[in-house]
Amino acid sequence: MAAATSTIARKPVARRRLRPGKAAGWSGFYVLVTIFVVVSLFPFYWIVITALKSQPEIAAGTSSLLPAHVTWSNFHAILTQHVFTRALINSVIVALSTTILTVIIASLAGYALARTQIRGKQLIMGFLLVAGFFPVIAMVGPMFITYRSIGLLDNLAGLVIVYFIYTMPLATWFLTSFFSQIPRELEEAAIVDGATRLQALRRVIVPVAVPGIFTVGILGFIFCWNDFLLALSFITSPSNYMAPLAIVNLGQSQYQTFYNLIDAAVVIITLPIALIVLFAQRRIISGLTAGSFR
Amino acid sequence: MTAKHEPVLPAGPTESAPQDGTAPLAVKPGSPASPDGPATTAHRAGGARVGGRQPRAASYSLAARDRRFGYGLVAPAVIVLLAITAFPLVYNIWNSFHHADYLFPTTFGTFAGVDNYKELFTAGLFVPSLYRTLGFTAVSVFVELVVGLALALALNRRFRGRALVRAAILIPWAVPTVVSGLLWKSMFDPQNGFVNFILLKLHLPLAHTTWLAQTWTAWGAILIADAWRNTPFMALLLLAGLQVIPNDVYEAAKIDGANALQTFWRLTLPMLKPALMVALIFRTLSSFLIFDVIYAMTNGGPGNSTQVLAYFNWFAMNGESNYGLGAAISVALMVMSLIIAYIYVTAFKTEQVV
Repeated sequence: MAAATSTIARKPVARRRLRPGKAAGWSGFYVLVTIFVVVSLFPFYWIVITALKSQPEIAAGTSSLLPAHVTWSNFHAILTQHVFTRALINSVIVALSTTILTVIIASLAGYALARTQIRGKQLIMGFLLVAGFFPVIAMVGPMFITYRSIGLLDNLAGLVIVYFIYTMPLATWFLTSFFSQIPRELEEAAIVDGATRLQALRRVIVPVAVPGIFTVGILGFIFCWNDFLLALSFITSPSNYMAPLAIVNLGQSQYQTFYNLIDAAVVIITLPIALIVLFAQRRIISGLTAGSFR
Repeated sequence: MTAKHEPVLPAGPTESAPQDGTAPLAVKPGSPASPDGPATTAHRAGGARVGGRQPRAASYSLAARDRRFGYGLVAPAVIVLLAITAFPLVYNIWNSFHHADYLFPTTFGTFAGVDNYKELFTAGLFVPSLYRTLGFTAVSVFVELVVGLALALALNRRFRGRALVRAAILIPWAVPTVVSGLLWKSMFDPQNGFVNFILLKLHLPLAHTTWLAQTWTAWGAILIADAWRNTPFMALLLLAGLQVIPNDVYEAAKIDGANALQTFWRLTLPMLKPALMVALIFRTLSSFLIFDVIYAMTNGGPGNSTQVLAYFNWFAMNGESNYGLGAAISVALMVMSLIIAYIYVTAFKTEQVV
């Protein structure tokens, strides 16, 4: 009895302390992790130093992995370029509008699917999943022809509609599973206290569901911010460009590729998303796993 | 009587479905919801289902009201859902059997029979694109899975700076796909990139390669760009799956004398299945539909050698404005995407029954 207890008790201690044989394993492990981190981050370092290079330096080609003469002129040039700043504003407006629309519609539907006894629930859930994995490219043709005939081509509202169609299904799927985890007593108590169903939803359930709604919002925003294919297919005039489209055209419209300008633009459009990703890492992953979010 | 009772019945099983089916990873074992869960369910369903002798009439009208409320809330989403699944699906199929080429406005909208599908094969671009796409999907998913799993296993260990490492490796995912393509194009650039520079300084081969000008090196560059952005993402999905596996299972395996390899194959992998499925479906479908990176890096070139299905589809529409041909390719892509998702779901489901 005593012997058994002592072996069990010793196990965790033995795991935590480094035995000489294991030290080699750990240093190998650290080497591996370091390689991963360097591979992930080195391109960012490269972007930043390229963005800080002057045009003659770019023309001379790579001669060192370190920056030689740091100049902020690329950032200045890019931020005074009307097409790019306009595209940034467009991206923010479109992504925010889509996110708000998605969050509202998906919360309502998710709540109904999780909490009311509507029929055809399984059918709707199945459709949500199929819709969530619908190839983006397969939307381009039908939407293009439709938009062309109703005059929504080259229109930011048209983009909001396609993005919304795209983010809504998996957002609803995720929020359905999120709502069904909220204890039912919360709203029952509110209804007993005389609140209507809608009031209970707004005052009691929504505040509790904020983390889930937040996750859906972030993922929707990232989808819109990152999209290229839909913007490329539906938008033609530079004043309606979204940020990624503006960056691609920035490099292509010249006889020479201005990598320093492109990279300055990349730093600017990546920064907000990188910050969101850093702060909301856990939410994003939970949204992706639990909701099978794209 | 029975007929009246029927409609209420499906509510029970359907309602619990999302709880069991969708959120195995999100349910926290110690959450306050779980102890009163069963009691609540019984209490809620009691009127309609379990002991439905005398309060039936009252609960039925309540259920009807509840349902009306539910329909109201779900209606906007369902309408959009129909718009997304039904409309493009039906419209693509319709267009694929019609002439829809903006360069030939006189025939636009006229019936084409199977001409568009015939053109897929006679033009000689579809089948090679399909092979390329499948090849790229297989290689990229395999590479990202192996590296991602290694990374996930590494991050599942406790070590100093783990949170920092986890954050650092997710940053590439914040870069828009098209931008990541653009970046890697610049990094593989023989003049301004760093890849050839480093190879040259380390006296490694390929230092004078013009990467994007040859078929195989171009594919290598595309694969690196794709894996750089997506492997960490794969790793973090798998990591979330690993962290759900309770520690005592490993303790038990250790006491039973299992070595590391046995533990991995017999324990970790089977328990990781739900996360693996999600990660693989995501990655396989997005590799299969890869567009942005190809567009930014090679435009399908050199020649047509990196043209994949999604690019072919886009080019048929936006490049040649032939939306009938484009629709035929889209139909093929939709069918194949569904097949891929279906294969994964069934493969993982049948084995998962314990």
